[in-house]
Amino acid sequence: MGALAKVADAVIRGDPAQVAAFTREVIRDGVPPKEILDGGLIAGMTVIGDRFRVHEIFLPDVLLAAKAMYAGMDELRPLLVRDGIPSIGKVVIGTIQGDLHDIGKNLVGIMLKGAGFEVIDLGHDVAPERMVQTAVEQGASVIGMSALLTTTMPVMGEVVRLLRERGLAGEILTIVGGAPVSDAFAREIGADAYGFDAGNAVDVVKDLVGRR
Amino acid sequence: MRPLLERLAAGELLVGDGALGTMLLERGLAPGQPPESLTLKRPAVLEEIARLSLDAVADLLETNTFGGSPLKLALHGLEAETERVNGEAVRAVRRVAEGRAHVAASVGPSGRLPEPYGDVSRAELLASFRRQIAALVAAGADCICVETMTDLTEATLAVHAAKDVAPTIPVLATMTFDPTPRGYFTIIGVRVSAAAAGLEQAGADAIGSNCGNGVEHMIAIAREFRAASRLPVVIQPNAGLPRVVGGRTVYDETPEFLAEKARELVTLGVSIIGGCCGTTPEHVRALRAMVDAARG
Repeated sequence: MGALAKVADAVIRGDPAQVAAFTREVIRDGVPPKEILDGGLIAGMTVIGDRFRVHEIFLPDVLLAAKAMYAGMDELRPLLVRDGIPSIGKVVIGTIQGDLHDIGKNLVGIMLKGAGFEVIDLGHDVAPERMVQTAVEQGASVIGMSALLTTTMPVMGEVVRLLRERGLAGEILTIVGGAPVSDAFAREIGADAYGFDAGNAVDVVKDLVGRR
Repeated sequence: MRPLLERLAAGELLVGDGALGTMLLERGLAPGQPPESLTLKRPAVLEEIARLSLDAVADLLETNTFGGSPLKLALHGLEAETERVNGEAVRAVRRVAEGRAHVAASVGPSGRLPEPYGDVSRAELLASFRRQIAALVAAGADCICVETMTDLTEATLAVHAAKDVAPTIPVLATMTFDPTPRGYFTIIGVRVSAAAAGLEQAGADAIGSNCGNGVEHMIAIAREFRAASRLPVVIQPNAGLPRVVGGRTVYDETPEFLAEKARELVTLGVSIIGGCCGTTPEHVRALRAMVDAARG
């Protein structure tokens, strides 16, 4: 197994100590940080994402793989910063105000990070104003929102309204998701996109970033 | 009324009640507010809902304690109220049931995942469920309904907690499954056969499934439970998946549809049939009529 494949494999097995050790090894061997990121950490998470999509593995395996990926990222981040290597995009995510469910949102965050995005996770019960404010301050191009309650879903429309009011529509794009959320609902509130699950959300966010 | 376990052992077919959460929303529970907060402010609403279910001739009346574990209440800063929230909810239903229905005390997920993939230890989960269930039992619950579980570790800890606190109290334990091309799994990846084995081993008195994707999937899930275990099976489906139409939440499965499809559950030998999200007293009434007709 190649050195980068070993990193990817340790991510897939969800072993943080090994991912950190193998990542340090390839750094020491002079492999460029961007290659370690793409060919090691992201490659491993891509396999995890694919297996998750076809229900071969489930949430616990994804959470363990994510912890392992983060251990590698901790080693790699200083080098990525030093070399000025940007992420493929910055996304602000959160569960909307009034809603405390965050397993699905966390999963989307993991999959986005696993695909190379920089993710600012505001947690749950996030006020629309704070979503917009954070996206502006951090220079994020996408806001991802989720709602698990039919009662909190409409609050997501408030984020879309705020963006329009401030002339940010088209500059900061929105994607919505969550069990009771549908494509039709996304259109109804004027969101730019809908993701039906965490894997799909990554594809859609990639598309949004490309469109921008 | 004979004790619940005697009725189940005698092969009785019991009818559960409808959804509490959706009925509370219709009665002014503010979006985003925990249903448990209503227990302390407006216990009369709980009595009203219990009375509607009792009038529809439900054999079990569930309490407004789904999110009543201190770990879950902590999300709303209510964990110090654990004893009151759980105790008052049981007492409200007891006042209505008066020996005509079993007071089924609901125990839902903590909202946290166990280590190593989650951030809460088994000891913390067990302590949280023990504290909630102790309050439920002290207030006079007739049985404990561990429900909507997706993590088998958490579900079995809840069953253990109940048996620790009150060794003789009946425990019904149900999990929520989704259809996948590879069969039925919880979001955590638990198959029906694994759920049945784990819950039975933990000491549950009846096992099965609640919530989920409507009654038709429940027929297949019930069949798997029957194949995997000899314990009585509990099935409490949603009235389909929620849809939002013009800002209102709609569930598509009517009382007639539920009762018609639930005949299959009777044929499979399911012991308790009730409803979850979106079901109403009308659904309970339709189930009652079907069950009574089936059992002549």
